[in-house]
Amino acid sequence: MPADFVFTDEHQELRATVRAFLEKRSDERAVRATMTTERGFDAEVWKQLAEELGLVGLIIPEEHGGAGFGAVELLVAMEEMGRALLCAPFLGTAVFAANALLTCADGVTQKELLARIASGSLIASVAHAEPNGRWDLAGITLRAKGTGPNVTLDGEKTLVLDGHVADVLLVVARSDAGLELLRVNAGAAGLTRASIPALDLTRKLARVTFKNTPATRISSGDQTANFERVLALVCAALAAEQVGGAQKCLQLATEYAKTRLQFGRPIGSYQGIKHKCAEMLVSVEMAKSAAYNALFIAAAHEADFVEAAALAKAYCSEAYFHAAADNIQIHGGMGFTWEASPHLYFKRAKASELLFGDAAHHREALAKHVGL
Amino acid sequence: MADLREMNEAELRGRVQKLLAEAHPERTDSLTFRRKQYEHGLAWVHFPEGYGGLGLIPKQQLTVFDEISKHSKVVHHDPPAATIGIGMGAPTVLTYASEELKKRFLPKIFSGEEIWCQMFSEPGAGSDVAGLSTRAVRDGDEWVVNGQKVWTTVAHLSSWGMLIARTNPDVPKHDGLSYFVLDMKAPGVEVRPLYQITGEAEFNEVFFKDVRIPHSHMLGKEGQGWRVAITTLMNERVAIGGGGSKKKGGGAIAQLVKLWQSRKPGALSPAQEVLLRDRVTRSWMDNELLRITTQRARAGQKSGNPGPEGSVGKLAQAEINKKMWETALDVLGADGLAFEAGYALRQGDFNVSTPEALAKYQFLRSRANSIEGGTSEIMKNILGERVLGLPGDPRIDKNVPWKDVPRS
Repeated sequence: MPADFVFTDEHQELRATVRAFLEKRSDERAVRATMTTERGFDAEVWKQLAEELGLVGLIIPEEHGGAGFGAVELLVAMEEMGRALLCAPFLGTAVFAANALLTCADGVTQKELLARIASGSLIASVAHAEPNGRWDLAGITLRAKGTGPNVTLDGEKTLVLDGHVADVLLVVARSDAGLELLRVNAGAAGLTRASIPALDLTRKLARVTFKNTPATRISSGDQTANFERVLALVCAALAAEQVGGAQKCLQLATEYAKTRLQFGRPIGSYQGIKHKCAEMLVSVEMAKSAAYNALFIAAAHEADFVEAAALAKAYCSEAYFHAAADNIQIHGGMGFTWEASPHLYFKRAKASELLFGDAAHHREALAKHVGL
Repeated sequence: MADLREMNEAELRGRVQKLLAEAHPERTDSLTFRRKQYEHGLAWVHFPEGYGGLGLIPKQQLTVFDEISKHSKVVHHDPPAATIGIGMGAPTVLTYASEELKKRFLPKIFSGEEIWCQMFSEPGAGSDVAGLSTRAVRDGDEWVVNGQKVWTTVAHLSSWGMLIARTNPDVPKHDGLSYFVLDMKAPGVEVRPLYQITGEAEFNEVFFKDVRIPHSHMLGKEGQGWRVAITTLMNERVAIGGGGSKKKGGGAIAQLVKLWQSRKPGALSPAQEVLLRDRVTRSWMDNELLRITTQRARAGQKSGNPGPEGSVGKLAQAEINKKMWETALDVLGADGLAFEAGYALRQGDFNVSTPEALAKYQFLRSRANSIEGGTSEIMKNILGERVLGLPGDPRIDKNVPWKDVPRS
C-alpha cells in the first residue's frame, strides 16, 4: 500500500502534547542554558520525556517497557524536537541505539538495555564513524579481536552522539564474519572519551579511543544489511528533525519580515524579501514530502525504505540549511548576532546536514538505487 | 446557487444506466452521446436540473464516469478543443448569463459542437490583466469593440469568446470593465496564429475592429466584468494546478532518465559524468517530491485539513520542469546542437517521435511554464501574501482612474 500521508487524531494529539511540553521546557532560554553545559542535556527534562511523555521509549516495543509506536509517531516527535532545538540525547539513544539494539542485538541484551533506555535511566550511544571521515559502512575498519563472546578493541571512533556521557557504547566493528555490534561499558579498561568542541552546541559529540578494551559480542553473523536499515531510519528521523527546524526558520523569518520597518514599510512587502520567503515555503513543503514519505514508508515496512531515506536526508539537509541561511539574511544585522536566535538554527542545520553523510553523499546513494 | 445534495449511489448509477440504454458510447458518436448525457443531467452533475446537471455535489461526477467506463469500452471524453468552454465557460455562463443564453449555450458547450475561447490577456496587460485596454463603447443596443487580445488558445476553432473589455476608462482599473460573450465569426474579428519559440502556434492573437456585440451578450452588469472574470479564472486554476506523475519515476522524468541511461559511452569525462549525474539525480528528486507533494495535498483536502502543500505546486513544477529540460540538453551534449524537427512555422502538433526530439522541444516549450497561468514572480507574491501573510506591495494604480495610469 502506498503511503497515504494521513495524520490521525492520535498523531495530532501527540504533536500538540510534545509541542506544548517543549515550548515550556525547551524554549530559547533553556536551549541556551543547556547547550553550554558539558553534559549537553537537562537530566530533569530527559526524565520527564521518558516518564511523563513516554517519548524516550517511543519506538521500543511494549514488552521492553517502551510505547511500541512506529515511524509516523517518531516523525511527529522529531519534527517537534527539531523545531524546539531540543538539547537531548534523543537521536543518539532513543533512535539510533534503540533501533540498533532492536535490529541487531541478541535477546538477552535487548531485555537488559531497552527497558533502561525507555525509562530514561540509561544513555546508550552507537560508535560508528571513524576518523577517516567516511559514513558508508565500507569505511568501518575497527577490528574486533578474539573469537569468543568477549573480544578486545584497539582504535578510535569519532562523532559519537553523546558519547562522553553514555553509560553503554554500542560499537560497530569488523571481524571475519563481517560487521558486528559490540557492547562496551562506560567504565571499561582502556576506554577514553573526550568531548569534541562542536560547530553545533545543541548536539554533543565525542571521540572514543580503545586500548586493549574489553567488549562483548551482542550480534551474530554479518550485520551489514541490518546496519544499513538502522542508518536509514536514523537519517529519516534526522530529516524529520530538519523539517521541524526549517519550518521554524520560515516562521521566524516571516514574522520578522512583517514587523521590521525600513523606508516606512515592512521589509516583507519588498519582493526581495517576500520572494525569498515564498521560495523557502516551497522548499519546506517539498522537504516535508521527503521526510514524511520516508517515515510513512518505514511504518508500512515497504521495500524501498532505504531509498526513500536517502532521498529524505539529501533533500531535507539542503532545505534546512537554505532556510536557516535565509533566516539570517532576512534578519539583517540582528541575524548575525549571538543574541538573536538565527545562528542556533544555522549551526544545527549545517551540523545535521554533515552528520550521517551530507546531501551529495545521499544523492549518490539514491542515484545507485534508482539506477542512474 | 441552491444547496448541492448527495444522491444515493445506486440511484445515480441507475440514471447512468438509463442514459446508456438510450445511447451507448460504443454505438453512438461523441456529439450525439454527449447531447444525451446533457439531457440526462449527467454533464455537470453539480449544475442545476435543466442545465446539464442534477444539483449534486461535484465529486459525484466521478460515479457517472465510473459507471460509463464500467459498461463501455469507448468513453467520449471532453473533446480537447472544448475543455476551455466546458471547464471555464460553462460555470461563468451558468452564474451570470440570462435564462435564454444559458439554454442557448450550455448544451452546445458540453457536446463540443461549439468551441469557446478566453480573451483576457493583451499585449499591454499580462500579469496585470485588469489593466487591459480593449475598449467597448455603447451604441444603442450594441457595444462596439476595438483592441487586441493575445495568448488565445483555440481562437481559430472557436464559435464564442469570453471577452473582457474596458467600458469606462474614467474609474480605477477594476471598476471599468465589462464581460461579454463574443461571436467569433462577427465582422471585424480577425484571428492570427501566434508563433512561439518552438515555431509552432498553440495560441492566437485576436484583433477587433469595430466589432459589434448585442447588449444582451453582456454577462453580469456593466462595470462588473472583473467579478465575472474571477469566476472564469478560479476555474482555470483548478484546470492548471496540481501536477506531477502518479507513479514513482513516471511522467517527464522517465524521459530524462532514459536519455541519461542511453548517453554515448566515452562522450563525457569522468568528472563531467559525476557532475551531470548529480544534476539528473536532483531532477529525479524534484519530480518525485512534486509527486508526493501533490499526494499530500490530496490527502489534506480529503481529511478537510488543506495546508500550504496545495499552493506550492504551480511554482515548484514550473521551475523544476525548466531545470529538468536544461539538464536534458546538457546530457545530449554535442547532439543537442542539432534540431532535427526544424522551425517551420505551423499550427498543430509537433513531431516528437524520439526522446531526443521530445527533449529539445520541451527544452524550448518549458520556458513558458513559469510565465503561463501566472508567472513565477506573481506566484511568489501570492504565496508570500496569501499563504505567509506578508504585506502587499504598495500599489500606485490604486484609486487612480485607469486613463491616468502609466502604460508601456
